Amino acid sequence: MSASTMNDLSLAPTTRNRRPGSLRPTNVIVYGIALVVVALTLGPVIYGVLGGFRTNAQLAETPAGLPDPWVLDNYVGVLTNPTFWQYTWNSVGVSLITTAVVVVFGVMAAYPLARYEFKGREGLFMVFVVGLLFPATVAIVPLFILITQNLQLGNTWIGVALPQAAFALPMTVVILRPFLMALPKELEEAAMIDGASRIGFFWRILIPLSGPGMVTVGVLAFVASWNAYLLPLLLLQGDMKTLPLGVADFSSEHASDTAGVFAFTSLAMIPALVFFLAMQKRIVNGLQGAVKG
Amino acid sequence: MADDVTTRDVAASPATSPARGAAGRTSRVRPAAPARGGRRGVNSQLRKRLEIVFFVAPALALFGLFVIVPIATAVQMSLFRWKGIGPLVDFVGLRNYVSVLTNDVFTGAVVHNLVIVGLSILIQLPLGLAIALLLNRRMWGQSALRTIIFVPYVLAEVVAGVIWLQLLQPQYGVIDGILDAVGLGSPEQGWLGDPDLALWTLMVVLTWKYLGLAVILFLAGLQGVPEELYEAAQLDGATWWQVQRKITIPLLGPTLRTWGFLSMIGSLQLFDMVWILTRGGPANATTTMATFLINEGTERSNFGIAGAASVVLFVVALFMAVLYQQLILRRDTRPETGRN
Repeated sequence: MSASTMNDLSLAPTTRNRRPGSLRPTNVIVYGIALVVVALTLGPVIYGVLGGFRTNAQLAETPAGLPDPWVLDNYVGVLTNPTFWQYTWNSVGVSLITTAVVVVFGVMAAYPLARYEFKGREGLFMVFVVGLLFPATVAIVPLFILITQNLQLGNTWIGVALPQAAFALPMTVVILRPFLMALPKELEEAAMIDGASRIGFFWRILIPLSGPGMVTVGVLAFVASWNAYLLPLLLLQGDMKTLPLGVADFSSEHASDTAGVFAFTSLAMIPALVFFLAMQKRIVNGLQGAVKG
Repeated sequence: MADDVTTRDVAASPATSPARGAAGRTSRVRPAAPARGGRRGVNSQLRKRLEIVFFVAPALALFGLFVIVPIATAVQMSLFRWKGIGPLVDFVGLRNYVSVLTNDVFTGAVVHNLVIVGLSILIQLPLGLAIALLLNRRMWGQSALRTIIFVPYVLAEVVAGVIWLQLLQPQYGVIDGILDAVGLGSPEQGWLGDPDLALWTLMVVLTWKYLGLAVILFLAGLQGVPEELYEAAQLDGATWWQVQRKITIPLLGPTLRTWGFLSMIGSLQLFDMVWILTRGGPANATTTMATFLINEGTERSNFGIAGAASVVLFVVALFMAVLYQQLILRRDTRPETGRN
């Protein structure tokens, strides 16, 4: 009796921590649930990718079937479609400009908000915090008029990128400020004693050290811009459209060509997925940082 | 706005002057000089002020031009009858607001938004929490699992929407196909074509799209719970469920509350997914405030009405944000403000 209790006590931590894969009943249930979650999560995506390898006849006959035979025509059709590449190119351009503006302006604004002491600092910071509440939707119609009529930037990359950057700034500043605050004060004091100005400190010490933070906000801004729909929808036409607009257009213009829509959509999501996989840690860290404040 | 802040700083400069500038080089040049707070202090204050302006100005200019100005314009526009041509002359006071607030389509849209806010939290909170608690253990393929769960969130709403549109196609879509195969019927006009079902179908797609965010955030919060607490509770003979209920979930509070806030704001601004799936239809069954104002503004050129709808959307969002802050987030921020 006492021996078995002893045994339990000494064994319990080992089984819990060292052998995670052991097939106890609870583990089976957990893995079962995990499988269901994975299936429901990935199911639609995988179905779309596989659907691109089928013909419309196959899709209509057995909606839930596998490609039989596998057909490459849909994907080849999209990949040899110059419009697809034009849209991809536009998406890359708009997203890169947005990201560059957000990161540069964001880190500049976050620096005094984090490391200068001045009256009105918290008030200034609140401007950006309240900015989190402004959806682009609220301002979208005047924004459309401002950009197309007053600034004459309608149907240009920069006309989409600048407002997108402006709306991404609050999140950027809110994430970067605590990041810059966390860098130890001694660094700054040491730099000052060595004769560096605050601007010198910013360039030579703060920027290199805050690389990870800037990558995080950069990735978030890039993904948001890459996926954006509403602003490009209003501002871009014809050859200037981005990929999400292309996907939406293709699916309504070729509504009867389900397989083609699947192929186009699958190819359009590859860049975002690849980028996500490469930058996964950063995206997740950024979002978690935002939540933890 | 920048001017405002700077002038206030200038006025307040004596109060903040002994802060930093004087400590370094200045003091070494003239140690213990009685005039230290004098001209040099003012100079370094001025310099500091210029630096602040230099760093903050680009962001504020961009923010002002593309966020503040358009929002102010929306407010202004809402007071005029304007079709987008010529100057704003036809001042109508609050008539656009009356017309928006008495419009059944718009009030319906507000209700839809509120239903989506409520259901998103009611569905995703327990579901996300359950999945996060189950996955918060060392298991095979854990990191792959986390990646997979997050995939829908990373996809563009348009991409996710178009895929679901195909899956949900009446008769030929795979969902109807599966339901047929197991002997269940499906609605004749399709899941998105039936006014009674469209909003619920939309909720299913939104849950699919956004559950991953909840799970990832909750898992991150769970990692912040110290392991010793679990060990102590287990030594005290607590069951798994007691540990979750008494330790994990309370400690996860701040994460849950912040997620709820993000979810709420997102639901109120919902546009992309609705526009792709239903355009607000059928028979306005899924119209949201955002689709309403885009429809009025860009398709019908009723800019005054769109402006009024924008302002109402903003006021609703602000009101709910303040309410949320007061009722729920306050518990998190109170100790922090105490420290500051």
